[in-house]
Amino acid sequence: MSPTHHIPHLLGIEGMTEKDITPFLDLAESYALLSRSRNAPRDVLQGRTVINLFFEDSTRTRTSFELAAKRLGADVVNMTVATSSVNKGETLLDTASTLNAMHCDLLVIRHAQSGAPALLSQKVEASVVNAGDGMHEHPTQALLDGLTIRRHFGRLSGLKIAICGDIAHSRVARSDIHLLRAMGNDIHLAGPPTLLPNALGTLEGVTLHHNIDDALKAADVAMCLRVQRERMGSGLVPSAREYFSLFGLDRRRLALAKPGALVMHPGPMNRGVEIASAVADSPQSVISEQVEMGVAVRMAVLDRLSRMKNPA
Amino acid sequence: MSSIFFQNVRLIDPASGRDSMGSLLVEDGLITAIDPKDPPKNARLIEGNGAVLCPGLVDMRARFDEPGAEYRENIDSGAQAAVAGGITTLALLPDTDPAIDNPALVHYIRRRGEETGLVSIHPYGALTKGCAGGDMAEIGLLKQAGAIGFTDGARAIADTKQMRNLLAYSGFLDTVIILHPEDPSLAKGGCATASPQAVKMGLPQIPACAEAMMVARDLRLAALTGARIHFSHISTGEALSLIAAAKQQGIRVTCDTAPPYFAMTEADIGDFRTYAKLSPPLRQEADRRAILAGLADGTIDAIASDHSPADADDKRLPFAQARAGGTGLVTLLGVTLQAGLPLLDALRLLTIAPARLLGLPAGTLSIGAAADLCLFAPEEEWVVTAGSLPGRAQNTPFDGQTLKGRIHRTFYHGREVFTAEGLSA
Repeated sequence: MSPTHHIPHLLGIEGMTEKDITPFLDLAESYALLSRSRNAPRDVLQGRTVINLFFEDSTRTRTSFELAAKRLGADVVNMTVATSSVNKGETLLDTASTLNAMHCDLLVIRHAQSGAPALLSQKVEASVVNAGDGMHEHPTQALLDGLTIRRHFGRLSGLKIAICGDIAHSRVARSDIHLLRAMGNDIHLAGPPTLLPNALGTLEGVTLHHNIDDALKAADVAMCLRVQRERMGSGLVPSAREYFSLFGLDRRRLALAKPGALVMHPGPMNRGVEIASAVADSPQSVISEQVEMGVAVRMAVLDRLSRMKNPA
Repeated sequence: MSSIFFQNVRLIDPASGRDSMGSLLVEDGLITAIDPKDPPKNARLIEGNGAVLCPGLVDMRARFDEPGAEYRENIDSGAQAAVAGGITTLALLPDTDPAIDNPALVHYIRRRGEETGLVSIHPYGALTKGCAGGDMAEIGLLKQAGAIGFTDGARAIADTKQMRNLLAYSGFLDTVIILHPEDPSLAKGGCATASPQAVKMGLPQIPACAEAMMVARDLRLAALTGARIHFSHISTGEALSLIAAAKQQGIRVTCDTAPPYFAMTEADIGDFRTYAKLSPPLRQEADRRAILAGLADGTIDAIASDHSPADADDKRLPFAQARAGGTGLVTLLGVTLQAGLPLLDALRLLTIAPARLLGLPAGTLSIGAAADLCLFAPEEEWVVTAGSLPGRAQNTPFDGQTLKGRIHRTFYHGREVFTAEGLSA
């Protein structure tokens, strides 16, 4: 295998600066408008091959990447690999050599193990896009969250953003924190101590709360993260009803945020656990818009990586 | 307006440090004057003749087997035993059947306590579902319902990772986790402290270090998580040393002991006396002395009755098969007075210290406080006689002993709820 250091990847948000992030958001914004008017340019990725390599079940993200690639005219292949047979590094590298031999251009990977996309990126000649790895990063989710916020406030800086839920097990939280910090926001994380690592409190611009009300006070954005049912009764949280009672985003708590504060959720939601239906379905909710921006952001990511790899 | 005037009483209020003769006025259930000269008209006059008037005792660890095994002790019978022991505030363990692991059950215990009209009863909530040591109980909801702390009662949490999670989770609730420090696998099947005597008796044994091992583990986890923990019925010097060192380091830890651990030793099980079968088991003399020293130097924060009811059938069995535990409400004060502490210090461990530890507004003689009072004669003797003690359970390890500190009267919210035999009501 040839050295691949010149190949551009999107493995995570950590280390990216405002200058790295903004071009993705700008391009995504234009793709959002083109998608709405059904005028996406079909020739951008014409002749390029995108493989969606999903080692973990996902409908939303995989569909979003597939649509993004198709709207830009790429040839798309979806590979969903049963989780049970592939959590060994050896198999992952074997898969890498196989894919390499097929000469694909862009490889979108989701894997249950943190660091799997990074490992793969060392062994393939395609550009690798991390579509979520373990509890590590989910960079396109952070970009789409950033874009959604920027469209509403006209800026992505100087905002008070509350992120509530299972921070400890969330790759979305990590990528969002990196991105929102890089852009210069005031981040407030809330959750029970079992789901909120103390270590995050040492980051500049990040404040931890075990009382969600404190995190939400005067917030511009209230972002809920999914608290998986598996966490309930596992020793981390006693029950869904206790979680909702102490940490669920309901109308009373949302009223603590600024009037018109955005309600966000990366999905899939557990209604009545981390978020009340009345809040999820309220006019303040931009949850559907997040999904829409997801396609636009992924178009922008595939487009930019492809261009960086093959300069015109 | 109903009022009671106590005169010629030795007022001891550990919260303020007072120990001197005086008088005290109670009006409408509250303490309204300390050292008033004359009784108001129509006040009931109680002549103390130099007896001690102190705050009603606060017992931070008792078990009444309601719900589930009311034949041993229910909340009514337990409350009667409590007031006979001068106790007016009680924290009840949650490892009943069913365990107090549901907000509705917390409300149930509180309502049953109020119905007695004798004592303030405060339930602990289960730390894990069913107090079984597995999944976390809904401690946030239980606290909202009124649980004053969390514990699995007589069981220790075996799984270290689970313990870590429980302590981490409890950390944000501003509550205290009450622990029975005994390594469960070492203790399993054992009924006596490992010693030459237990070997001779042929009893299955538990090494004394089973306590220190658990204390060491949980102190580390408390330091890691920042949780506030409290060790119950500490019975060994080794565990006390660890706790003293942890307090020095700023770890949020407190502990109590129970009267048997400073007044008795393994010698008391000599004739296979099942009434002296306790959990943790009675220790050797060196540990008993260490507990006395811990009481004197302040390492031990409170004394609790550790009241554990058993009926005759529970105890009339071969030693290893008999149920562990002894009653302790009626003898709490008398045995504590044997510890050789100044009276003010002894009463502190039975009143304001446990009240503060649990955040309860009790255990003090201040003006405006509820008139929960205990009137006792420190030098007057009485004989503990199993079978004729107040309350349902009679399994006292102190059967036959002569104790000082006979309780004359107990008042709860200004009402006389106990009067000793031979005194006019």
